[in-house]
Order: sequence, then structure tokens, then C-alpha cells
Amino acid sequence: MAILVDKETRVICQGITGKNGSFYTEQCLEYGSKVVAGVTPGKGGQKHVGLPVFDSVAEVCDQLGPIDASMIFVPAPFAADAICEAAAADIPLIVCITEGIPVLDMVSVCATLKDSKTTLIGPNCPGVITPEACKIGIMPGSIHKRGRVGVISRSGTLTYEAVYQLSKLGIGQSSCIGIGGDPIVGSSFVDLLQRFEADSDTDGIVMIGEIGGQAEEEAADYIKANVRKPVVAYIAGRTAPPGKRMGHAGAIIAGGQGGAEEKIERLRSAGVVVEENPAHLGRTMKVALTKRG
Amino acid sequence: MKFYEYQTKTLFAEHGIAIPKGRAITEVGEVSKAIEAVGGTPVVIKAQVLAGGRGKAGGIQFAASDKEAKSIATQLLGKTLTTVQSGSAGETIRTLYVEAKSTIDKSLYLGLVVDRQQQAVTIIASGEGGVEIETVAEQTPEKIHTATLPTVGYSPYIGRNLAKKLGLEGKQLVSFATLLGNLCQLFVNKDASLVEINPLVVTTEGNLVALDGKLSIDDNAAFRQRQLAQIYQQENRAAENQLEQQAREIGVSFVSLDGNIGCMVNGAGLAMATMDLIKLYGGEPANFLDVGGSVSSEQVSAAFKLLTSSKRVKGILVNIFGGIVHCDRVAKGIVTAAENLSLDLPVVVRLEGTHVEQGRSILAESGLTLIPAESLEHAAKTIVERVQR
Repeated sequence: MAILVDKETRVICQGITGKNGSFYTEQCLEYGSKVVAGVTPGKGGQKHVGLPVFDSVAEVCDQLGPIDASMIFVPAPFAADAICEAAAADIPLIVCITEGIPVLDMVSVCATLKDSKTTLIGPNCPGVITPEACKIGIMPGSIHKRGRVGVISRSGTLTYEAVYQLSKLGIGQSSCIGIGGDPIVGSSFVDLLQRFEADSDTDGIVMIGEIGGQAEEEAADYIKANVRKPVVAYIAGRTAPPGKRMGHAGAIIAGGQGGAEEKIERLRSAGVVVEENPAHLGRTMKVALTKRG
Repeated sequence: MKFYEYQTKTLFAEHGIAIPKGRAITEVGEVSKAIEAVGGTPVVIKAQVLAGGRGKAGGIQFAASDKEAKSIATQLLGKTLTTVQSGSAGETIRTLYVEAKSTIDKSLYLGLVVDRQQQAVTIIASGEGGVEIETVAEQTPEKIHTATLPTVGYSPYIGRNLAKKLGLEGKQLVSFATLLGNLCQLFVNKDASLVEINPLVVTTEGNLVALDGKLSIDDNAAFRQRQLAQIYQQENRAAENQLEQQAREIGVSFVSLDGNIGCMVNGAGLAMATMDLIKLYGGEPANFLDVGGSVSSEQVSAAFKLLTSSKRVKGILVNIFGGIVHCDRVAKGIVTAAENLSLDLPVVVRLEGTHVEQGRSILAESGLTLIPAESLEHAAKTIVERVQR
């Protein structure tokens, strides 16, 4: 089934009546995702983009049966609450697209989620897609193609670039996941590498990291010990100066940590093919797959 | 948002953390009054800059008399201070902090930071204060002590345990625990991403006093830290790079670099990758510019003008992978900007994704000499080649 989502996944949208919530819910429906309802507190009982709107996530579950995933477009000041609400309703997968959530809110959210069965993807991410089956997020569906390569990335548009290169070479994707550009995110590279390694529909993995933090280093250590499928990686931000935040809240080299070179070196020593040219990600994956036979 | 020492210390005082008497001044004429306010000479005069390493760069000086203080102030105010952390451009000294001189028995380090891996707030303490904590961590990691701030909040035993490790005892054991509690409260109340007291000194009288202070507030929390955001806006923005200030007004994410190829990209990751690719083909990027997801034609146009306003820029690369951003919107913005400017720079434009056909035809029909690129690789190669020609 690829990972996280498939064509049976029943999805709700929290923040459905907002501008982005409306637009992307429609786009997801058009792609074929089974979006069944929306949630906006205070607007329960209304209809929006053809879907019933509820006051709370718990109410949706009561009335429509089990929900597999929630897509969150709630504005940043209220997004942490929305994540906790979905987790309290035992939604197995939460995909939070919202950008600009205060980092201390995410500290609380992650502590809350620690003992729950919920998987959080994001925030500040493009979402999750299993091509030709289910899209939860804002990525352009048309560039994706069903296939057997998994994509994990901290970035949005750079992921599109990688996917586009793969599709153009005829290499489809099993699932593509943007884990988000914030310093604290719900799921790490390691969490998703684990899923892709275990997934019988995935033959290889493209991992797109960037400067800041230690997530790529942790991924390298994990790959070395646990991943047998070929991994092609790219690390964005080699030319970024230290101490400057490069767009993403998490993309900053601080206190001598988070530089691109260290990440590249660590990934290489773990057997990962690190491509230095972001325009060659597709062809490098192709070579890696061929080598594997 | 980074805050100056004098601003950070005001917050320390509000949260019950002891600081020496001090006054911020912006003119030499204010020196005498400031000295009087802090209890007379001797005083320390400290340049207010955001970059660390100011002491070694001559930004901290002692004055035994009014006269000496005035001459130091004259020499420092308006001067550009270049420290190991400031970059080659340095920072202009706009404010000085005049402070009563403390008698120091012991220097400690105390800091709080959001730990990305732990997904928690980490407390860092060391008996080696006054030097860069990174250096201590590298050379003598055994002298760094850490603890995690529980999600439910601080408890004084955490402070007492750390204090023991720092070699504090008796009354100081308890006062350290209280001080740390206050610092944790400040951190959480003000949405800090980093707060540092370095050095935290034990005075000869046995009191714990914050001799320096560093504070960064989470940009994402500006909506609920209005007061700090306003102070930042009024007092700290002037220190920002001119182009970066203008970019902020336009509403795009921008970082100035040293090269000569201007970049306009959507998405932070793709923007970094575009810079990297320029470098890979032998060019030098002039900036990081992410136009973001909901950009309008007007914003694109303004950002494009911003790029061309820098004399350093000898060519521009536009790289748009339309998802949320529609290529036609970007194309319109570029055409409007280019029509208004008499452009004599090579501009390479690569459009892909949502509404790409419309975008390409807008560019083609504009009659402008923009260079279309088929792929990311082609785009980067072309602009590097044109700029080097």
C-alpha cells in the first residue's frame, strides 16, 4: 500500500472553511482523495465545498465512523490546539500544513503526542501523497506518477523538483512525504525511512535534507544500521552562511552545528549516494536502482 | 528576533534576575548622567551589538573617570565593530551600555535553548563562564552540564542539582535554583528560542548577578509577543541589512550574500538548491530569495526590482516550480518590473508546474529579452555563463 495513505484513506480537513482549507480540499477531492468532512469550530452543520462541516473532530468520528487522517490548515496561533484535538480523537495520521507555529507550541504538542498512537507529519510541510491513490496536502498532483521510489523531504518545492525529475525519467513514486521545515516536526527522516524500508512497494528512497539541526545525521546512522534499500540524498544549503535563517525556521547553521558538509559526509559514510547537483536527483536514483538490479 | 544586552537585561530585571546597575545611551552627552545613575565610576562601557565576541573586538572597555568614559564613548559610538561572529561587514554601534563595575569571584555560564532533537527546552550550565560555550563544549565537554525542562514546568531541584555540579554550595545553591526558575519563566513567557547569561557571576559579596545577556525570540511567536516585536521593530531593525529590510516590507524571505547572481525562487529548499547549483557551475549567488507560497504579481515585481537595485548583481536567475505559486502570476510580475526598469542584465527564467504554459507565453509575448530555460540545470548553467562572459 505504499506508506501512510492509500485510496481507502478517509480524510477530514481541519480549517476547511478558510481560504487555503477550501482550495486544497477541493484539489485533494479532485485528485481522488476520500475527503469526507471538514471541521471548523462554530460552523458545525454547514456545508462547505460539498462536504459537511462539524464543530469538532470528535463529532465527525461519532457521526461518520472511523477517520484515518486529518489535514490541518488551521492558522498558526490555533494550529497546536487543532493537532491536539485530532490526537485526542485518536486520528491515526495528522498532516499539518500550517506554517509559522511557535516552536514552544510544538514542544507541548510533541510531548502530548508521545504516548498516543497518532503519527504527525509536519507542520510547515507540503503533505503526503501516494500517487494516483491519495493526496493530503498542497503538492501539484500532476507531476507525480505511481511507482516504487519513496521520497522524503524537509522542503516543499524542492521535493516537487525531485519528483518531477523522477517522473520524467519514468520512475514513479510509492509515496512522497514532506516532513516540514520547522525546527521541531512530528515525524523525522528516521521514522519514515523505517516505514519505507519495511514497505514492499518501495525499492529505493530519495531523501532531501537541508542545513540546520541533526536530523540528517540521525538518518545517516539509522540507514547505516537498518536500511538495505538504495538511498539517494541531497542536502540543500551548502552556500548558506552560518547564523542566517534560510527561509525555513529550521534552516539555520547555529552554534557550529547543522552545516551541509558534515551531513553529506555522515550520509556518505553510511553508504548513501549523496548527489551534489539538485538537477541530477532523478538520474542518480535511476542509476542506483539499476545497480541494485 | 535577536535582542541587545540592554533589552535582555531589562527583561532579566523584570523576572527577578539580578543585574548590575546600567544605563543605555546613544549620545556622548549622556555619559555623565549615566555614570551618576549607576553609582559613579569605575564603569564598564559596552558596545551594543548582536554578534558575539565583542569583548575581543574592543567593544567592552573600562573607565575610571568621567573623562575617560567620554573619550571611550566618542571612540565607540557610530563605529563599525567587526567580531568573529559579525561577518566581514561588522555591526554599527548605535547604543552603548554604561554599567557599574562588578567584583567577580567566579564566572559561570547558564543558557536555555530549544533542543530540536529532544523536542524540548534544554538547560545548559557550566562552571566555565565568560568564554564561548561552543569552545568549552568542544575542548572540555565534561564541563558542560545539561538538564531538560519538563513540559509541566520547572522544579527547583533541577537547579539545585545543576548548582552542585557547578561547585556552588550553601546559600548560592538555593539562589541559583531560584534564578534558573526565573530564567525558565522568562523563556516560556516570552517565547524565547535562546537565552544566555554568560557570564553569570558570583560577586565577592556572594551574590549571583547576570553580567551579560543574550536573547532570541521565536519569530513565529511575534503575534503573541507584541511588545517585544514592537521594541524589535523600533530599536533593532536598523541593524539589519538594507536589502533585507526592504524584502521584509515586500513580504518575501531574503538573505544577502556576497556573489553577483541574483536569485528569485519559490520555496526555501529550492532557493537554497538554486544557490548551490549556481556555485556548483562556478558562479556566486548574490542572495537567497524565497517569494513564498501566496505571492502576488505585485510582490514578484517589487522583489525583482529589489534584486536589480544592487550594483553587485550582474545577472538574475528566476526559478519557479509552481505548486501553490502560479507561473503566470510570477511571469506577469517579472514583465511589469522589467518594463519599468531599463534592464541591461541577463535574466534567465525557468518556469515549471502550475500554469506553466500561460507563464511562458506571457514572457514570450512581452518582447523582453528574457532567456527562457528548459530545466533547472540549463537555467543555472546559462546564467553563470552569461554573467562570466
